[in-house]
Amino acid sequence: MRTLEQTTQEILELATKHFKAAPGSLKPEDDFYKKLGIDSLQALDMLSRLENHFHIELPDYEVQGVSDFRTLAERVQARL
Amino acid sequence: MLELTKYSSIGEALRDALETWPLEVCLMESDRGEEKQRLTYSDFKSRALPLAKSLQESGFAAGARASIIMTNQSKWLISAYAIFYCGGTLVPLDYKLKPDEQWTLLKHSNASVLITEYPIWRQLSVAPGRAAAENVKLVLVTEAPPNADLGGAERWESAQGTGHPVFTPRTRTDLACIVYSSGTGGTPKGCMMTHENYLAQCIALTAWYPFWPGVKYLSILPTNHAIDFMVGFFGPFTCGAAVVHLRTLRPEFVREAFAKYQITYVSLVPLVLKNLQKGLQARFDALSRSRRRAFEALRRINMALTKDRPRLALSRRLLNEVHQALGGKLEAIIVGGAFTEPQTLQFFYDLGIPVANGYGLTEAGTAVTVNDLKPFRADTVGKPLPGMEVRIVNPDAEGIGQVAVRSKTVMAGYLNEPDLTAETIVDGWLMTGDMGRFEAAGHLQLFGRKKNMIVTEEGKNVYAEDVEQAFEGLPVKEYCVFAANYLWPSRSMVGEQLVLVVHLEPGQTFTDALKHEIAARNNRLINYKRVHGILVYPEDFPLTASLKIIRVALAERLGKLERAQAILPL
Repeated sequence: MRTLEQTTQEILELATKHFKAAPGSLKPEDDFYKKLGIDSLQALDMLSRLENHFHIELPDYEVQGVSDFRTLAERVQARL
Repeated sequence: MLELTKYSSIGEALRDALETWPLEVCLMESDRGEEKQRLTYSDFKSRALPLAKSLQESGFAAGARASIIMTNQSKWLISAYAIFYCGGTLVPLDYKLKPDEQWTLLKHSNASVLITEYPIWRQLSVAPGRAAAENVKLVLVTEAPPNADLGGAERWESAQGTGHPVFTPRTRTDLACIVYSSGTGGTPKGCMMTHENYLAQCIALTAWYPFWPGVKYLSILPTNHAIDFMVGFFGPFTCGAAVVHLRTLRPEFVREAFAKYQITYVSLVPLVLKNLQKGLQARFDALSRSRRRAFEALRRINMALTKDRPRLALSRRLLNEVHQALGGKLEAIIVGGAFTEPQTLQFFYDLGIPVANGYGLTEAGTAVTVNDLKPFRADTVGKPLPGMEVRIVNPDAEGIGQVAVRSKTVMAGYLNEPDLTAETIVDGWLMTGDMGRFEAAGHLQLFGRKKNMIVTEEGKNVYAEDVEQAFEGLPVKEYCVFAANYLWPSRSMVGEQLVLVVHLEPGQTFTDALKHEIAARNNRLINYKRVHGILVYPEDFPLTASLKIIRVALAERLGKLERAQAILPL
């Protein structure tokens, strides 16, 4: 079982790779809309990738209003 | 289609619809590609009436208000019908708002009943705003797990009265819905929509874009939004058509749904339409050179053949693969909520997929003008729908002025805001605050806004005043938020931005610490409400006797500054 720290790191790595951010540039407290310059559709797309990676289902409502990696990681962690 | 002129309310028309097409499918619900539910009009009735009876048993009667805060799903529409059946007024709220914003609107609307989903209620029930909304007496929650703590709510599934409910008639001028067109920071703008508004709008829209039994409408825009309420509920139901709901709104499931359900119509906001365009373009770019050439040739043939009017059957044969990916039965994509760039509209039309773009606002009962496709025009927002009078107020030398609308679809006014209503509806004309002109063929073209608000590509209306509370207590003398286009009129409907104007205390300087504080507060706002820049203004703001900022006067002074030099980007 992953720790919250590990989950957070994996999410940051996935986002870095998928959105081609500079390695090490994303922090847990970052607002992913702002930092990655993505819109709500791309954020939904990111969710699907997280689901595949962690083998979980994240209902849309779980991530309503979430905009930073740390909170996102908490929601993922709760479903692991 | 039902003959809507003979009905006096939404509830009455829907009641007849359920009797007219008992065996037609009205709702399909899918989650992650798997169909979970399929209801006929007769099933719909058998689910709604016990709920209506239960509401009546709880004392819910004519004129009482009930709110729905739900994602797009069958229980939204079933609940709405039950409310109308009882003669109630529906208050559809945005499920994406924050819990306290939802409570503020619940209080403002004076709703006595709230119908919501368990995941939403989990957050709503513990939000501080609940205490003030004492008007909400009954909360019904759908899909709650067996042992869940409902925090004073009752299960929607158990709200089953026994015996037949009494249908409560309404007149055309009675309130059908209170629809909030913006957030809650400033004045909540609750548009009071009458039954007449909806009946007239439905007649106007279906005259150009008809529904019929067998039509499948994919409902993606939130149903609380005036567009989806009309084309994803009232419109299709009065024509015996079906609505498809997806419980997980991911791009991949949306794509899959087009093909799986052979969707006839869908409404999208410009952002999603552009995304669809990007996806298709990427597929075209990936074609081998020879296939690409063949495809381009077919596209050109299609463009030549559809110059004067759409020829769907022909386009589907010519560009079969593209059309099959979208189910092969798509009649038109309805795009609304915000301005769409012409090149995106043209992209789809060139593929033989008409996009019904138009112009509308909640206050006018959704659509005012729509592209009639005779011929297709990407550079306008179409012509006024039947029954809409549209005129340009105080046109300048180029014919551009404020767009005003008069029709049976225009709202009765803003709830509890007589002054705002009087400013907005003048001698029966709705002053839209949007700038436009009619071109030679009678199409409306838009050129920016006259009001202090922006509309995002996702179709969100953001009033500058609503954003101000995020900066409350900022250590400056005074501050104010404006839409940049309101200060410096620009003839553009895209790329709109907000600006925070600050006036420092005497002797105070604009430090990095202050900038950081502004940035931090800004980041706490939901992404589409954020300001894009700061303007440090050296003079006192003009104030009223009661020390309120006179926005119009301040805006006029700020407008004299050079936009690019005045704004410090955030």
